[in-house]
Amino acid sequence: MNYLNSVKIAYRALFKNKTRSFLTMLGIIIGVGSVITMLAIGQGSSDSIKAEISQLGTNVIIVFPTAQQRGGVRSEAGTTQDLTEDHVSEIIAGCPSVRYATPVVYSTGQIIVGGQNWRTQIIGVYADYLKIRNLEVELGSVFSTQDEYRSGKVCLLGKTVSDNLFGEDANPVGQTIRINRIPFKIVGVLEEKGQSMMGQDQDDIIIAPFSTVQKRIRAIDHINMIFISAISENSIDQAIEEIDQVLKTQLKLVQGQEAPYAIRSQSEIVEMFSSTSRIMILLLASIAVISLIVGGIGIMNIMLVSVTERTREIGLRMAVGARKIDILFQFLIEAILLSVLGGIIGIIIGLISSQALSKILNWPTTVTPYSIIISFIFATAVGIFFGWYPARKAAKLHPIEALRYE
Amino acid sequence: MENLITLRNISKIYDLGSVKVPALNEVNLEVAAGEFIAIMGASGSGKSTLMNIIGCLDNPTSGEYYLDGINVDKLNSDQLANIRNKKLGFVFQSFNLLARTSALENVELPLFYNSNINSSKRKHLAQEALDMVNLSDRLDHQPNQLSGGQQQRVAIARALVNEPILLLADEPTGNLDSKTTVEIMKVLQELNQSGRTIILVTHEHDISEYAKRVVELKDGKIIKDHFLKNRRAD
Repeated sequence: MNYLNSVKIAYRALFKNKTRSFLTMLGIIIGVGSVITMLAIGQGSSDSIKAEISQLGTNVIIVFPTAQQRGGVRSEAGTTQDLTEDHVSEIIAGCPSVRYATPVVYSTGQIIVGGQNWRTQIIGVYADYLKIRNLEVELGSVFSTQDEYRSGKVCLLGKTVSDNLFGEDANPVGQTIRINRIPFKIVGVLEEKGQSMMGQDQDDIIIAPFSTVQKRIRAIDHINMIFISAISENSIDQAIEEIDQVLKTQLKLVQGQEAPYAIRSQSEIVEMFSSTSRIMILLLASIAVISLIVGGIGIMNIMLVSVTERTREIGLRMAVGARKIDILFQFLIEAILLSVLGGIIGIIIGLISSQALSKILNWPTTVTPYSIIISFIFATAVGIFFGWYPARKAAKLHPIEALRYE
Repeated sequence: MENLITLRNISKIYDLGSVKVPALNEVNLEVAAGEFIAIMGASGSGKSTLMNIIGCLDNPTSGEYYLDGINVDKLNSDQLANIRNKKLGFVFQSFNLLARTSALENVELPLFYNSNINSSKRKHLAQEALDMVNLSDRLDHQPNQLSGGQQQRVAIARALVNEPILLLADEPTGNLDSKTTVEIMKVLQELNQSGRTIILVTHEHDISEYAKRVVELKDGKIIKDHFLKNRRAD
């Protein structure tokens, strides 16, 4: 008996019991559909987190101080004051894999201009910070190295700050604002970056020369963070090693002593975020897989009923010359057909529901080809696995007993 | 002339665990090509068991069985399936047609299991077989659209479609009224006249009179084997 015939016979048998076949497939349809939707949600959210983090800049490496420890008591992260501007200079001088590096100091302040005021974050950095973060200046220009040396009282405004102090579409370049009562000249306005995925307004910021913020506003000697960009994506690991070496030497760390800083590359940060979303994907996917297995049990159940119901048909087929293997194939193919058809419908429903979720609920969803392939293969495997037992039961029947079955 | 069927000392014992039930006891039978035999007997006489062994649906416990020169008593289930497919045709009391399947497709069924026959040949042979039983105008009818007599004729067409050397009919008229019974028996007689060997199993005396030779069984043994002089041909 050729296989095309077996498929035809199986198709006909299923078509004769449309309602039952559909209900049997429903388990697989829901299983495959939910596998695809769940993976699409997981992939979509991890994609958007990655996109978010890539907004940090290109090939970014961040060095930040870790928790301070004094006499066994640990403070919160970022409290060590060991990192200074000199370390940044050493990194620039001693790490060939580093393109740009800038110290970062944070401050917050009340900004006053005319009758308006606004509270925002002020960060002190080298001008290279804009290159590391891919920030562009929309109006005016970046402050100069001169300003850097002289701790010049100049600043760049984020769009939100500019809008709130001067009104929409105003050009504040050249005007003076007061940050904590110190007058600053506005040299430029940054291009709008919009909201981050975590709801943070990336334009609510003022950027000023590093030394100005460190000395004039914060009056400290240490720095809060070092922003670095490696020369290429491939040299990130090399750069991290070089930075670590320089800092260890500079801080005179002994072997085994805990470093007061941590170095993180962008990809590690992506990793940190995506590991949480991966756990979520895994949970969602395992629920979907369970429903697929339940669907498979449904197929086995119906196939067992079908074998019992069609005992006489099996007997007749054997009497006219069907071998055991022919009967086995007939029922196995029926089970596979059920699961494959269910799988195809499930894929379509999965695609539709992922689209619907992103359209209606604004959830980011990404359907990957591999999720379609995997769920399809899994559905077929479920059909073979759960179809095998009933098909074998049918093939093992004795023709005489099968023919006599009432 | 060589016999179509030779049974030598065929015994069949059903092993029911604690008891062994002998269904056939040292049966010897020879059938030549072109015969029309009725196997008679009360229920429990062993006639169905004999039929199953002749029909290659079951192996005898002991004895030798030659069908068309082939020793079939030692064949495995796949080899027996092949013999049934190529050399035998079955007609059952309850027709055993596939429901919701056209007459043509029902007749095609045995050919599905013969890989030498393609789909157009299959269709052609099935049409010819239905022609033989005068049902060429009912090809697309499903069993529930046919009368009992027509259904049994479809079943006969199915049994003939592989051009078997032997047609086995197990109580073929058991589910039919007397008028249709005559109709079906005449079909069988016509087939026999055109050279087909037929073995008929029945417990009704009337039916056995359509055959040329009657073999009577009792308690697993042949008690009477005779040729009929006054055949029914009404």
